[in-house]
Amino acid sequence: MRHIISLCFLLAGLWLALSGHTKPLLLGLGVVSVALVTWLSHRMDVLGAEHDPALFSWRLPVYWGWLAWQMVLANLEVAACVIRPSRLSPQIVEVAAPQRTEIIRVTYANSITLTPGTVALILDGDRLTVHALTQNSADGLREGTMEHWTRWLETGQGRTAEP
Amino acid sequence: MFEITLNALSAILLVTGGVFALIGGLGLIRFPDFYTRLHAGGVTDTLSPLLIVAGLILQSGGTILSLKLLLILLFLLFTTPTASHALARAAMAAGLRFWGGERASTDSEDRR
Repeated sequence: MRHIISLCFLLAGLWLALSGHTKPLLLGLGVVSVALVTWLSHRMDVLGAEHDPALFSWRLPVYWGWLAWQMVLANLEVAACVIRPSRLSPQIVEVAAPQRTEIIRVTYANSITLTPGTVALILDGDRLTVHALTQNSADGLREGTMEHWTRWLETGQGRTAEP
Repeated sequence: MFEITLNALSAILLVTGGVFALIGGLGLIRFPDFYTRLHAGGVTDTLSPLLIVAGLILQSGGTILSLKLLLILLFLLFTTPTASHALARAAMAAGLRFWGGERASTDSEDRR
């Protein structure tokens, strides 16, 4: 029930933000569409299936900010490779994904793919196989800075090994 | 004066975003195999829209349009890694070999 209510509020907020209309007819249509989507999600049994308190924490925006900065750095690295392809040394790296919940593990894999220079290939249990573009990006992954950050996102601790 | 600075900053962001999209496209041509090209496509998918949306938000100011632009960026940043990952998995399933280093290809054989 809690999930149904929170989904309704989220969808209603999104609808209002995207449409900006306040006429009764359009508002009514909005209510109908929110109800339809909520009912469908309920029927599909996806309501709250991937619910994780970490996703509603203040840590998420902090993580996003850090990730955006990493994205910029990784992009500069790949751009340098485009200009001088001799820097390429593509390789396969296997790293651990010890995050406790599945959703954070997927967040970790997605974050890896989101930073160019590393693409997550296989997530199997707690082993993650990654294709890295250069020695530098492979080393960066092995250092595990991003893994520490995702575990911090998950539990609020475990960033002690950060350089 | 404020207006001019804002416009200049926005123009710089838009042009830089465009340049990075171009670099990504160039990488798609220059890189040796499918997997490395995936990384080049990533440049066009991540930093380029980030800069372009930031530039557009400076143009639209504090209106509802900025919120919509941010939502576009959010959805884009959530979906593009998924698409990249799906492409990589499809290539692996099709048995496409990795460029550079035997170790890389044998590793992937073991995994399958």
